[in-house]
Amino acid sequence: MIEGRTIYVILIREIKKFLRERSRLFSTVARPLIWLFFVGGGMSRVVPMKGGVTYIQFFFPGILAMTVLFSSIFSAISIIWDKEFGYMKEMLVAPVSRTSIVLGKTLSGTFVSTLQAVIILLLFPFLGFRLGPLGFFEAVAVSSFLAFSISAIGIFIATFYESFESFSVIMNFIVMPMFFLSGAMYPVHSMPEILKTISRLNPLTYGVDALKNVIFPSLRADITADFPFVFDLLVLLVVSLVFVVLDTLAFRKRL
Amino acid sequence: MYAIEVDRLSKHYNGLVAVDDISFQVPEGSIFGFLGPNGAGKTTTINILCTIVKPTSGNAKVNGFDCLKEPDRVRQSIGIVFQDTTLDKDLTAYENLLYHAILYNVSRRVRRQKVEDALRFVDLFDRRDDFVRRFSGGMKRRLEVARAIVHQPKVLFLDEPTIGLDPQSRKSLWDFIIRLPEEQGVTVFMTTHYMDEAEVCHSIAIIDKGKIIAAGSPAELKKQVGGDVIYLKTTDNQESIRLIRNHKGFDAELKDDEIFVPVTKGDACIPELIKLLGDRVTSVRMQRPTLNDVFIKLTGKKIREEVQDSSDQLREAIRAYRRRFDRG
Repeated sequence: MIEGRTIYVILIREIKKFLRERSRLFSTVARPLIWLFFVGGGMSRVVPMKGGVTYIQFFFPGILAMTVLFSSIFSAISIIWDKEFGYMKEMLVAPVSRTSIVLGKTLSGTFVSTLQAVIILLLFPFLGFRLGPLGFFEAVAVSSFLAFSISAIGIFIATFYESFESFSVIMNFIVMPMFFLSGAMYPVHSMPEILKTISRLNPLTYGVDALKNVIFPSLRADITADFPFVFDLLVLLVVSLVFVVLDTLAFRKRL
Repeated sequence: MYAIEVDRLSKHYNGLVAVDDISFQVPEGSIFGFLGPNGAGKTTTINILCTIVKPTSGNAKVNGFDCLKEPDRVRQSIGIVFQDTTLDKDLTAYENLLYHAILYNVSRRVRRQKVEDALRFVDLFDRRDDFVRRFSGGMKRRLEVARAIVHQPKVLFLDEPTIGLDPQSRKSLWDFIIRLPEEQGVTVFMTTHYMDEAEVCHSIAIIDKGKIIAAGSPAELKKQVGGDVIYLKTTDNQESIRLIRNHKGFDAELKDDEIFVPVTKGDACIPELIKLLGDRVTSVRMQRPTLNDVFIKLTGKKIREEVQDSSDQLREAIRAYRRRFDRG
């Protein structure tokens, strides 16, 4: 049911296109930096933080999650482009399983996002953090795990749309709210009750929380993780599995 | 042995009948033309045969495999060129074919060779490392044909392969297509609404409103229309028509300044007509019936041509523009 060759083709195609498209590489790295320093830098002056960290430091796991979020969603909804420009049909008529196509796409998103997360993580020293090799490795691992879940969600979203006119709808009504209500910019427990509830239903929340768990392992303050690390990972695992299954069903149903 | 066997196939979309109880066979190694106006059910039939649409009822077999029960084996046996391009424009010609070869299980040992052979077959070997977005419409279509034969399919489906191409590219694409059965051992199943293109097919089925209304070789179909048509120009049309009508076994009508005489055997009738009209005749031409005449006779209407081209190109241009500037 799962063919390595299908996953390989989808993955290598995505990587080639990603590396060739310099503007995409540049903008996906530039966006988090703009948020981190322009938004984070400004907020540091107005938001007093407890626990000995500055806002910009608090914001860092959120920015890492944002990088993963944007690049995973973008990679996943390239399916819409593939539908619009026909390449999806080339894959659908090939003797390959739908599950492999879904996994190939999910892993493409995971790979590309992880690559970008690594670039962002290399900025770490400039923010006055200390993160050992183990911490660095953990942060990369959590990022790629999160990337897998978000990619699976993104593919599910993409199956509903036929043309990329829908791109701005997806950005404004799905991606941005997911980011704002993930605890990336403000701790979940400080949110109003209704937003808190929504945040708890947002898979990204657990990704951000897992990153906080990894990046501030010893800090126990306002700004730190809301949930236990294992719980975060468990939620991401369930989300990944559920959406990979949903994606496969959606791909089959289309035919 | 048949490459394609279709038995009482139907497809309904929410009460709309796209394909209505059609049956036909395509012998191995032949070029089969599926003719009809836009919306007649051609693409739906292709989609069923290449397993991306499920029929409402009926059976279809490709290369001996059942399209419903063994879709993977059908897929492995076919190559398809869709109406709209399915190439990845951001990859090179070579990469497009290589990834296709991998998806279709072409073994690593011969992969490179097969891809290069296919590129040579359509004369695009020298452009193999160019990005597809730099290709002209005709080159893209040729590249798609090359990609469709990389894995050496038994049956090649071509859905309106020449739509939107200029006459020269159409001609050059055809030169490749007609060589396919002999050189690559494939059966070709093509749809078109250009009747002149269908002339090269070994057999043809004409479909209208989801039903097959005629089938046979081009010559057989044209026989249904009757014989030939003679067009005469004369110095005195009225008098000439009167003379022809009075002559036993002839009929005549004025059409756009020419006298139109339908006959059974044109070459034998011309001397007779000239004898009859004497030096009133200024010019004579004879026309054999075309497939277009067949279509007109069977359906009472002309096949629409090229209606979607300009709007399609516009749509593509808008998409390309948006793609470049509206990205996140």
